[in-house]
Amino acid sequence: MELHYTLWQHIPFVSILLPLASGAFTSVMKPRWARRWTLTVLIIVTALSFLLCMQFMGGAEGYNFPMGHDYEVTNEAAKGAIVNEIRVGSLEALTALFFSGIMLLSLMGGMKKLDEHIDGNKQSLYYVILLLLTAALMAQVYTNDLFTSYVFLEIMTLAACALIAIRKRGRTLVAAAKYMIMNLVGSGLFLLGIVILYDVSGHLLMEPIRQAVANIAVTGQYAQPLTVVIALFAIGLAIKSALFPFHTWVPDAYGYSTPTSQAILSSLVSKGYIFLLIKIMYRVIGLDVIAATGIDDILFVFALAGMIFGSLSALRQNDVRRMIAFSSVAQIGYIYLGMAMGTEAGMMAAMFHLFSHAVCKSMLFLAAGGLADASGNSKLFRDLRGAGYRSPIAGVAFTVGALSMVGFPFLGGFVSKLNIALAGIALDPVRASLVLVTLAVSTMLNTMYFLRTVITLYRKPLAGATYSVQRGQRGFCFNAALVLLALVNIALGVFSQTAVNLITAGLRMFG
Amino acid sequence: MDFLTNYVEIAAMALFGIGFTTLLLHRNMIKKIIGFSIMDNAIFLFLAAKGFIEGKTAPIVTDVAGALENGVDTSLYINPIPAGLVLTGIVVSVSVTAVMLSLTIRLYRRYHTLDIDEITALCRKEGEE
Repeated sequence: MELHYTLWQHIPFVSILLPLASGAFTSVMKPRWARRWTLTVLIIVTALSFLLCMQFMGGAEGYNFPMGHDYEVTNEAAKGAIVNEIRVGSLEALTALFFSGIMLLSLMGGMKKLDEHIDGNKQSLYYVILLLLTAALMAQVYTNDLFTSYVFLEIMTLAACALIAIRKRGRTLVAAAKYMIMNLVGSGLFLLGIVILYDVSGHLLMEPIRQAVANIAVTGQYAQPLTVVIALFAIGLAIKSALFPFHTWVPDAYGYSTPTSQAILSSLVSKGYIFLLIKIMYRVIGLDVIAATGIDDILFVFALAGMIFGSLSALRQNDVRRMIAFSSVAQIGYIYLGMAMGTEAGMMAAMFHLFSHAVCKSMLFLAAGGLADASGNSKLFRDLRGAGYRSPIAGVAFTVGALSMVGFPFLGGFVSKLNIALAGIALDPVRASLVLVTLAVSTMLNTMYFLRTVITLYRKPLAGATYSVQRGQRGFCFNAALVLLALVNIALGVFSQTAVNLITAGLRMFG
Repeated sequence: MDFLTNYVEIAAMALFGIGFTTLLLHRNMIKKIIGFSIMDNAIFLFLAAKGFIEGKTAPIVTDVAGALENGVDTSLYINPIPAGLVLTGIVVSVSVTAVMLSLTIRLYRRYHTLDIDEITALCRKEGEE
């Protein structure tokens, strides 16, 4: 094992350590400085991830980055067994770029609101949580060790809980409690899965587990525990990322927190769990082994049900934030659908939708916050009439996001729907028709509730209603964040092939 | 399947079930937290039981000079990693419990009850935005 790395290969390690270390400093800083420092760190991490992406676009290969112990262990049997590793490929680099970039833009977009929602002396703590969450996400993306991923998974859960609860309202407290309860159930199942898998395979690093699992699949010994493990992983992470029957905590948690928290929770925290599950399915267990156990069929059914019922629930809401939250449930269904297909094309579609949904959802939540501000702080549809004129940039951003969700060409959502449909056609006839029909119905429902909202935004306000336009002006950062997110969304649609190539190459490096 | 030699694992799974259902279904916040602790500790019990092999000891080498000369006979010792994982897990579990307890305190101060259903109803009645 070669131990010498070039400079760029240290980027993943730095992008985990930098937010983690600066989180400790931010807690003692004044809020204004904490904000600047956090923005700086996020910009640095985003730029570094971009550099890493460029390296992989230039044709670099994936590599492992051992940490913790001396790799030159004399005992041959112990070699590799004690080493904790970071593993980097183009998929990890791209995910890190998206996660850190969206984190930065979400913070920028919601900064004005933070002053309003959080006590002045508590604001630096909010930045501690944000940096901690960034570090946990980066570690989640890059780690090659299952137990490390569990530890950072819990850090993500705690940080997310704090993100909800920091706005001092009764509703957010209840939402945080419910969020914690469901998530603790999920992480309990996930931990049990890791423990049993460790007992069966004797490893915690992903590649050795893969070999052990392949061995189990051939010999049939411990096949039952392995099925249990896969079920525990799938259900545990499905609860944490709000797949359909486990989504009960979503509307409250996403609905009532401060806009930055909403954007981060819906587009990053749940995606972090999904990325971990994709990694486990693809790298640790292997798609064919999962298909043999039938667990992916269960996920398939849940995903299809989520696509329909999430949209139906969204249709019934009269609060725009709850509508977006329920739409998240439907979109998570799309991602799980791609994963449950059990093919490489399906996995690619899932990854692409993960990105396009992350970009889109954060933009929708931020824009909805801005629109509500321009409507006397009401999130109800009847008060939002004409909000598109009062807060023009938020209105345009919301429209772009809504069109992308619906699947309008040249936007990210269109390409991801196309990819899911293409991956679906390649399946056996029954599943292919199920995918296509559900996709069509779900798209129609999406159109109904999103376009209804867009039309509401540009209708004449109710007679006699007056709104303070001043509140809608949220300043340069808000507008810049929304414009950038909209541009990324359009770029994902227009230059989709670049992203698709990177994802495909990344999945190849995975295997 | 030998139930007599695997009794620790069986107990761990039973405890996991008890903790899991309490966490999910009980209405009292404090009891939910107790359920969570039972659930996590059941997993650690399972891991510790799986990681121990009868007749071997912890990998602490006392005869350093001999070990340097002849090398260490690894078959005398158990793998230390499961114990390390249990310790890490306990730390995580404690911090989660602390956060849950602090949330519960804030909920109790606001609603003067520990029943999560009642709290939800009260919160709906408040009807703030």
